Amino acid sequence: MKHTPLYQAHIDAGGKMVDFGGWEMPLNYGSQIEEHHQVRNDAGMFDVSHMTVVDFKGLQAKVFLQTLIANDVDKLKTEGKALYSCMLNEKGGVVDDLIVYYLNDEDYRMVINAGTTEKDIAWINTQAEGFDVSVEPKFDLAMIAVQGPNARAKVFEAMPGVEDVCGELKPFNAASLGSLFIARTGYTGEDGFEIMLPEKSAEFTWKMLLEVGVKPCGLGARDTLRLEAGMSLYGSEMNDQVSPLEAALTWTVDLSDEDRHFVGRDALEALRDKGVKKTIVGLVLEGKGVIRDHQKVLTSLGEGKVTSGTFSPTMGKAIALASMPMGAVGSCEIEMRNKQVSAKIVKPPFVRDGKVLV
Amino acid sequence: MSEVRDDRQYTETHEWILDNGDGTYTMGISDHAQALLGDMVYVELPSAGDEASAEDEFCVVESVKAASGVYAPADLEIVEANEVLDGEPELVNSSCYDDGWLVKFKSDGIDGLMDAATYSKTLD
Repeated sequence: MKHTPLYQAHIDAGGKMVDFGGWEMPLNYGSQIEEHHQVRNDAGMFDVSHMTVVDFKGLQAKVFLQTLIANDVDKLKTEGKALYSCMLNEKGGVVDDLIVYYLNDEDYRMVINAGTTEKDIAWINTQAEGFDVSVEPKFDLAMIAVQGPNARAKVFEAMPGVEDVCGELKPFNAASLGSLFIARTGYTGEDGFEIMLPEKSAEFTWKMLLEVGVKPCGLGARDTLRLEAGMSLYGSEMNDQVSPLEAALTWTVDLSDEDRHFVGRDALEALRDKGVKKTIVGLVLEGKGVIRDHQKVLTSLGEGKVTSGTFSPTMGKAIALASMPMGAVGSCEIEMRNKQVSAKIVKPPFVRDGKVLV
Repeated sequence: MSEVRDDRQYTETHEWILDNGDGTYTMGISDHAQALLGDMVYVELPSAGDEASAEDEFCVVESVKAASGVYAPADLEIVEANEVLDGEPELVNSSCYDDGWLVKFKSDGIDGLMDAATYSKTLD
């Protein structure tokens, strides 16, 4: 199995290691629920070095990305500005979801998922043929996400010089400091930074963060945090067969420039004109139990399916994201272990910045 | 290493059973099982007077990670369920052999249990 530069640090911290798409990663370091609360209430850190950074450089970097992804990088005008988007196949299915950062019109940085990296790079290289752009995966970068209401203050305390550069950084923006690339982004619904850094600096930085009281958190807490925040997980809420229009990701698709022919656009417009039949909604269980992935959901408009189910540590209730018939509102029934339990249909997010919103 | 207590017996499915010596038994899940499942968030228990046949799933313990059935080790009748777990399912993690017990039941006898030494070997 593949190891990140922080593998030994996880072992030293008592990490319970699991196979995550070929990477040996920490599921938790004891209690997943405590790690979850740590991020909601203070500051926690995640090793996300298994994710892949790809740099795009060249005269046609901008026009290439305007073709590759469904959101329009023309929105990015200032250095470090970030944009969330999907890249689509010709049928409008999601190849991957990603964040792209603007450096200048000839230089962009993208972060893609770990499990899809091989497929993505092959796809991107195929699409890049004929464009004056270089596609440069940075496999020698590590990434640490520090998240929580106190995350930024603790990063400033642990990493000298960062406050000077990132003290005024706005959400969804990034800045460079030497070999560091620091983005005010995340996957938890809390404030914080995602720090990309050379792999040889990773262990030292991790230790500095530990010393100021940032606690290591595993993939288990990462999943419950992102689910409470209503954020999609590639492979669960969307995949190669699901359109962003069917995954509550319409806001990441930009059709405004009619001359921008991005991959999958024709299929999206055809689907939109025919009528989108399903979408992703939130569910809050009203009875007892825990909602699990793939459970069947019954509504007056037809059947749906749980895409991500869990127990919300912040709410003390089971919650889920589910693919449901478009227009389903009110109550539904979830088939759980041979019984039906009522749930309320809500609009995600469930939790943002420590507050319950549903 | 998981803790295995010498004073009780174990099933292949990682439950422990303590013979109370009066025709009743107390049952819970082993330290190994609670560690595998992770943080408990919900325990579904039967009620006093409920009956179960050997191998019936008669309790469900749910962690953040997964739901796991608990199976009857013999034909049995529930004497008491640990209702404290309704509000504090985490006791199954923090005290699986004491406060985190699941049920007490009556039975005419249970076959095929392992003693602590034998159970320990299955965990190697």
